[in-house]
Amino acid sequence: MRFTAPKHLQVKVAGDAKPDGMAVMKPDNSALEVRGLTKRFDRLAVDSLDLTIHAGEFYALVGPNGAGKTTTLRMVAGLLRPDAGAVSIFGVDALQNPVAAKQVMAWVSDEPMIYDKLTPLEYLEFVAGLWGIAPSISEPVAEELLSSLGLEPHRHERCEGFSKGMRQKVALAGALVHDPRLIILDEPLTGLDAVSARHVKGLLGERVRAGCTVIMTTHILEVAERMADRIGVIASGRLVAEGTLTELRQQNGHADTSLEDLFIALVTLQEAA
Amino acid sequence: MSSATALSWFARHELRLAWREWFAMMTGGRRTRARAAVIGLLFFAALLHVPAWAVIGRFADLQLPLDKSSLIVITATIFLAWTLMLSQAIESVTRVFYARADLDLIMSSPARLANLFSVRIAAIAVTVTAMALLFSTPFIDVLVIGGGPRWLAAFGVVVAMGLSAAAIAIAVTILLFRLIGPARTRLVAQILAAIIGAGFVIALQVAAIMSYGTLSRFTILTSGSMAAHAPEIDSIWWWPARATMGDNEALLLLLALALVLLGSVMAIFSGRFADTAIDAAAYGRSGRSSAKQRAFRGGSRQQALRRKEFSLLWRDPWLISQTLMQLLYLVPPALLLWRNFAESSAALTLITPVIVMAAGQLAGGLAWLTISGEDAPDLVATAPLMPSSVIRAKIEVVLIAIAAIFCPLVGALAFASPFQAAVSAGAIIVSAVSATAIQLWFRVQARRSQFRRRQTSSRLATFAEAFSSIGWAASAALLLALPLAGLISGLITAGLVAITWKFSPKRD
Repeated sequence: MRFTAPKHLQVKVAGDAKPDGMAVMKPDNSALEVRGLTKRFDRLAVDSLDLTIHAGEFYALVGPNGAGKTTTLRMVAGLLRPDAGAVSIFGVDALQNPVAAKQVMAWVSDEPMIYDKLTPLEYLEFVAGLWGIAPSISEPVAEELLSSLGLEPHRHERCEGFSKGMRQKVALAGALVHDPRLIILDEPLTGLDAVSARHVKGLLGERVRAGCTVIMTTHILEVAERMADRIGVIASGRLVAEGTLTELRQQNGHADTSLEDLFIALVTLQEAA
Repeated sequence: MSSATALSWFARHELRLAWREWFAMMTGGRRTRARAAVIGLLFFAALLHVPAWAVIGRFADLQLPLDKSSLIVITATIFLAWTLMLSQAIESVTRVFYARADLDLIMSSPARLANLFSVRIAAIAVTVTAMALLFSTPFIDVLVIGGGPRWLAAFGVVVAMGLSAAAIAIAVTILLFRLIGPARTRLVAQILAAIIGAGFVIALQVAAIMSYGTLSRFTILTSGSMAAHAPEIDSIWWWPARATMGDNEALLLLLALALVLLGSVMAIFSGRFADTAIDAAAYGRSGRSSAKQRAFRGGSRQQALRRKEFSLLWRDPWLISQTLMQLLYLVPPALLLWRNFAESSAALTLITPVIVMAAGQLAGGLAWLTISGEDAPDLVATAPLMPSSVIRAKIEVVLIAIAAIFCPLVGALAFASPFQAAVSAGAIIVSAVSATAIQLWFRVQARRSQFRRRQTSSRLATFAEAFSSIGWAASAALLLALPLAGLISGLITAGLVAITWKFSPKRD
């Protein structure tokens, strides 16, 4: 089942959607701008990172374990305070004005955090309330989301008995119920079966076609290869390569290389440096 | 590996897990705190000897044979301790059943499950007994120091009580599973544990109020009518009392009975233990349906947060059992209030510290659940609200819940004594606000299911919360009896809360 956002929820953004799903980029219309983002724990986790993601773009951030992907996205989502740098979401300074930035953004982590004692519908009602969405708008959207994610039979069951995949779908529905312009997902396909993963990918694709911007970290390079407009490779807290798959191939000098080979080559190069 | 070797190996494994869990609870999960934990524990144990001396020091010289009244008091005290052990054991057994933990590993192993679960039942019994020994040691020490080594037999009685309490708890919980199913057992078992833990004391207090107009449970135990209805001196009912005082024959019989009881439970229930654990784990997968379907509700973002918190509190089995226990403890003072409604009585003053203390304790638990026990911290943190708005909404929930529980009692008190009602209301507010503030200052991100371990995250917060509730309760009582002393006590308690704030972790 394909989910299409209701007309009144569809976001009008500058990037026109192509029939094949590839949005036309307008470099001056960025959804996210990150400048000099730095975070140190015991070691430097993110090192003066610069990143620009355009409105209506599907961006995949890939990298080895501990490369700084999740830390970067957590700082963008306002969950972690950076040591230095600036984050701008649709022109709003997210560090100075976090409430306005969060209003247009949604975050989904790899570990779905939902309330065991609430039903999926109650959870979505709560999320819509937090984002200040009127019930007349949020309720039909919630029903439609649950239906499209295959959760309709469980919508009045408490989440305590749900499998990880079902919990992930509830969390994803929560991220979509307030119709964000920017969706940040950290390993959203972890724990999902093939059918559910396809549902989620379809849903994200629909959102991007409707003008939404999606940033996603993933270890499944095939997903990045097939879904992302652009791919960023991060290693040791730095962006070591960025571009479309074709551009990455050109940068590496191999026309027919898979993303996996490219990824390993780039990461090995960075580690050697 | 032979069966006996496998069993001893599994027993060692269980004991190691139990030890590490206990150690983690004592040290808050930080190995570097081990020395501080040992010193703190020894200091606490030494400190416990002071109230132990005050409570039972005067009984150290008691010798057999005893009169009926003394036997009744000792037996009732032992029975009270046993009910508390049983309450704790029911809670432990329920926790073991619902924690999936290593169930898959055990069930998929080629070992004989009945044997393994026999060991697990024995481990529960050992844990319950060890806890009972830990808390009873200061009291028995006092008796041994004051009355001689014959009181050492009391340790044997504690062991017998611990083993029998664990055996009955396992039997009760498994029977509950069979009778009402896994969906309801967790809640019912927790409520049962609360009622058993508080029930005996409350029943004695209620009887004392109805018969003599006092809250003292000893009044009813030492009364002539109780002695008249009690069994004869040589009855088996007095075995625990006699065993405690050094009657070795009674002690051996008690220990034998406890072991037979535990052995029977292991033989009867170890086979069903596995089925019960599987049912409990499977329950978590089936989920519960919410019967009613209603439209989404509107309102502000803070309202959405408050609604969510109220829903979660209402559906929290721990909270329901704890609130029930608090409410049960309020029954005797409420009864006293009802009996003294038309007359001015000094006994009425006793109501105020009880309800102030209960309000502080309940507010502390509620505050932890709402402020620290946030299961979706990322969601709330990424919502378009200022963190201060989130905290404010959560604090409002705590205070509204406290107001809903205690307003009726204060309202009833206002009819009997408006001044006392005003003092009680003020003290309830201050006590609840103090406990909430302490939880706020020492908040740590945790899952609601980790509530049991909340005390381990900060010893300072735990003690400060307890002393603040006790302090405000004492201040309110003193304010009614000796206003100047009440004022001084209130200032000391406020100072304590201020010092706690000073030592709280600094935040951005």
